Amino acid sequence: MRDTQLVMYDEDYRRILGVVQRLVRDANAKGIFVVDRNGQLIAEAGEMRGVDTTSLASLTAGCIAATGGLAKLVGEEDFPVHFHQGQRDNLHITLVSHRIILVVVFDDRSSLGLVRLRVKKAGGELAKIFEDIQKKTERQAARGGTPFSEITDDDIDNLFSV
Amino acid sequence: MSFINYSSREINCKIVYYGPGLCGKTTNLQWIYNKTNPELKGKMISLATETERTLFFDFLPLALGEIRGFKTRFHLYTVPGQVFYDASRKLILKGVDGVVFVADSQIERMEANVESVENLRANLAEQGYNMDRTPCVIQYNKRDLPNAAPLDEMKSLLNPTGLPEFEACATDGKGVFETLKAVARSVLRDLKQMSG
Repeated sequence: MRDTQLVMYDEDYRRILGVVQRLVRDANAKGIFVVDRNGQLIAEAGEMRGVDTTSLASLTAGCIAATGGLAKLVGEEDFPVHFHQGQRDNLHITLVSHRIILVVVFDDRSSLGLVRLRVKKAGGELAKIFEDIQKKTERQAARGGTPFSEITDDDIDNLFSV
Repeated sequence: MSFINYSSREINCKIVYYGPGLCGKTTNLQWIYNKTNPELKGKMISLATETERTLFFDFLPLALGEIRGFKTRFHLYTVPGQVFYDASRKLILKGVDGVVFVADSQIERMEANVESVENLRANLAEQGYNMDRTPCVIQYNKRDLPNAAPLDEMKSLLNPTGLPEFEACATDGKGVFETLKAVARSVLRDLKQMSG
């Protein structure tokens, strides 16, 4: 079955942001990124200024996709939790509800145990939010209420007229 | 799978460049990267081997402009073309909104082209996509080479259903942006149709 599109409204974004901003504090994290499994950045929080977030999102999705492929080779459905240890910073990556990727960047102000503990709770909250978003997207699609239903062929052609 | 973000007023779509090994998929992206204004593009990422063959994917984020107040952003990916990287190709096709099939016009690569287009159809089907109903354009690349196959022959082999098609020479940019515009237009029309 082809994936349905993801439509995120401002109130959805605020709910997501609320969860990740709290997670930054609770886990003593440097930065947190919420990424769609297809590589789109959904939300971010923390102190990581200047990071190329578009690349981060795409590479995270590639990483999850590749290890997901590995998992299937050895008879697992997925490897939902990844941990990459660096000299200063570490990455904790969690796949939430098979669709959303939660990336936590942390240094020695935090610990893997603390991050794991806090991510578990936040992951559950994010799963619920994205379940709501999915249901809303499906209802909207049935009613034809996305921005695409309003655009005309001229709008599309104008995009390429310059 | 497109992502519509009302909060940042953005529409994000994924386009995948597919085709046999060394057909010019990465060259297409490099040309687009080199010729696009810095404010409209992100960093281009190439996960390649030491000999610059694509190992996993190339990635280029691109902004095309606004539609009704929404910024349209396209994420361009290439797949590794070599036959044995099929597992990676399947992963990259996930969530795709549109496909560019880049064919190598050299006559000795015709079998590889046919094998790759069949592989594309099968891998799309595995993800739940029907290739005939997925936004897709064909690019006949390397038309400048002396051993290029006749266009009619390529069309009958690779494009029996009459998808939009373009001749190209990606190393000097001929046909590159025409191809990109066609697939982007096709993706947006498809999304409009899906929205009713």
